Amino acid sequence: MIWKEDIETMPLEDLKNLQSERLANIVRYVYEHCPVYKDKFDQAGVSPGDVRSIDDITRLPFTTKLDMRDHYPFGLFSRPRTDLVEIHVSSGTTGNPTLVGYTRDDIGLWSDVMARALCCAGAEPEDTIQIAYGYGLFTGGLGFHYGALEMGLTIIPTSSGQTKRQLKIMQDFAPRILACTPSYALYMVEEAKEMGLDPRRSSWEIGVFGAEPWSESMRAEIEAEWNMLATDVYGLSEIIGPGVSQECHLKQGLHVFSDVFYPEIIDPETGRPVAEGEDGELVITTLTKQGIPLIRYRTRDIVSLTTEPCACGRTSPRTSKIKGRTDDMIVVRGINVFPSQIEHVLLGIEGTHPHYQIVIDRQAHQLDSVQIMVEVDEKIFSDEIKKMRALERQIQHEIQAVLSVSVEVKLVEPKTLERSMGKAKRVVDKRSL
Amino acid sequence: MNITQLSVFLENRKGRLAEVCSLLGRHQINIRALTIAETESFGVLRIVVDKPEEAAALLKEHRITANVTNVVAVEVPDKPGGLAGVLKVLADHDVNVEYMYGFVEKASDNALMVFRFDAVEPAIKVLSDNRIRIVSAEHIRGL
Repeated sequence: MIWKEDIETMPLEDLKNLQSERLANIVRYVYEHCPVYKDKFDQAGVSPGDVRSIDDITRLPFTTKLDMRDHYPFGLFSRPRTDLVEIHVSSGTTGNPTLVGYTRDDIGLWSDVMARALCCAGAEPEDTIQIAYGYGLFTGGLGFHYGALEMGLTIIPTSSGQTKRQLKIMQDFAPRILACTPSYALYMVEEAKEMGLDPRRSSWEIGVFGAEPWSESMRAEIEAEWNMLATDVYGLSEIIGPGVSQECHLKQGLHVFSDVFYPEIIDPETGRPVAEGEDGELVITTLTKQGIPLIRYRTRDIVSLTTEPCACGRTSPRTSKIKGRTDDMIVVRGINVFPSQIEHVLLGIEGTHPHYQIVIDRQAHQLDSVQIMVEVDEKIFSDEIKKMRALERQIQHEIQAVLSVSVEVKLVEPKTLERSMGKAKRVVDKRSL
Repeated sequence: MNITQLSVFLENRKGRLAEVCSLLGRHQINIRALTIAETESFGVLRIVVDKPEEAAALLKEHRITANVTNVVAVEVPDKPGGLAGVLKVLADHDVNVEYMYGFVEKASDNALMVFRFDAVEPAIKVLSDNRIRIVSAEHIRGL
């Protein structure tokens, strides 16, 4: 079923008119309510009156992660804090996280797009859903929760972790829908087998997987192991959380809910739109958000886009799976990690800038492991073992606090790092995603 | 009255220790005393050599992380109770020992203990006051 049939199957011309109207509104709205945006527009020499059609969007300035960092915490908001009913965060590039907030209507929007996403994946109103994304400051758990609530599904909010319990719940309550990260889905296979279960006979028939990049071969593995349909969901906290786009059962691209999240694909070097079907950086404009609407937000995710109609009946454009990043961000266990966050921590601890390297790996059907190799030079070396151990623990503790991901810290000799670094590669990702 | 000890940071990997010792050997630097403190992932090699400045420069040149620590080498009678006697003097005077290790002199009836003290000057005073012989850097060089 299609959740919002009139919108999701809207003829492209009508959709374009709707988008044009909404763009004009949102541009006027941020200009009036957000001094930072007013300033941006003034500096770009564009005013709300100049925007009449969706095609005028290319005249507008971009918004980047750095803008969110520079105006932390509330500078990019278009509503006062008292209008916000919910706050969420995602990883920032340095010490501060990225902050987003929702008015009551924004929560309504989020609920709507997530309901669309769940239906798109194949959920039906009588289904039970097991939400094994983390509930809390990150947007995964609650985003799915709102969508499921909107649809009237029976929700089991297990959040992430406690794998034995997840599997017991699956056995006892027989949920048809599973929502979690794809790597967690594979991780649960091992535990299931150890518990004497046959994963292929699980109650899960449909998976809605995201929060990290995953390949077609991973999808094939999940589908084979669990005997389920594995679909891709995409989103980012800055825009709404999960619910920007979703794959239908045909698995031929993710449908973007473009009546509310308008996508553009640009050349990351020049900022100009690429031809349809070409790879480029996904840029999204929130057409109806109230709390922190963003104009032409550069996601740094690389995708390609098509406006060809899908056989499922939805008319909105589809993007490919995420093919890469324009920056050095990595995703570990569903959490965004910027190498600069680690640098920031190391600088704070010792006042020096030790060389380091991050090595990420994932053994078959295991969760991501992160090892941070920190070079021991004369500045941080101490003759006393206990001081070195304390340093190791301190680094680990502070990095974990900032990243929300557990890491292993290994103190290494300068030569080790040099040998493996070659051209100063800060991040070595050994995973084949 | 201090002597110079070199502390070298080594990963717990095969061949690291051999490489450092062989490097010193190739440059005619003689190790007088040695100890290793280890954890699962790394170790700290502590050595007293005859030519500490040269050794320090050599290690630095080869990008091996090392620093220099002031330790005190004490002569201890090489018989049962010899060490206990020295340790009792230190304990009675509240001198805190971080770590220590020993070696035997070739041409004498004494053993040498290398001590790393929390506070070096007070420790030296206590030892001297109690007529415990502290070995000089020159003596180490000439051993």
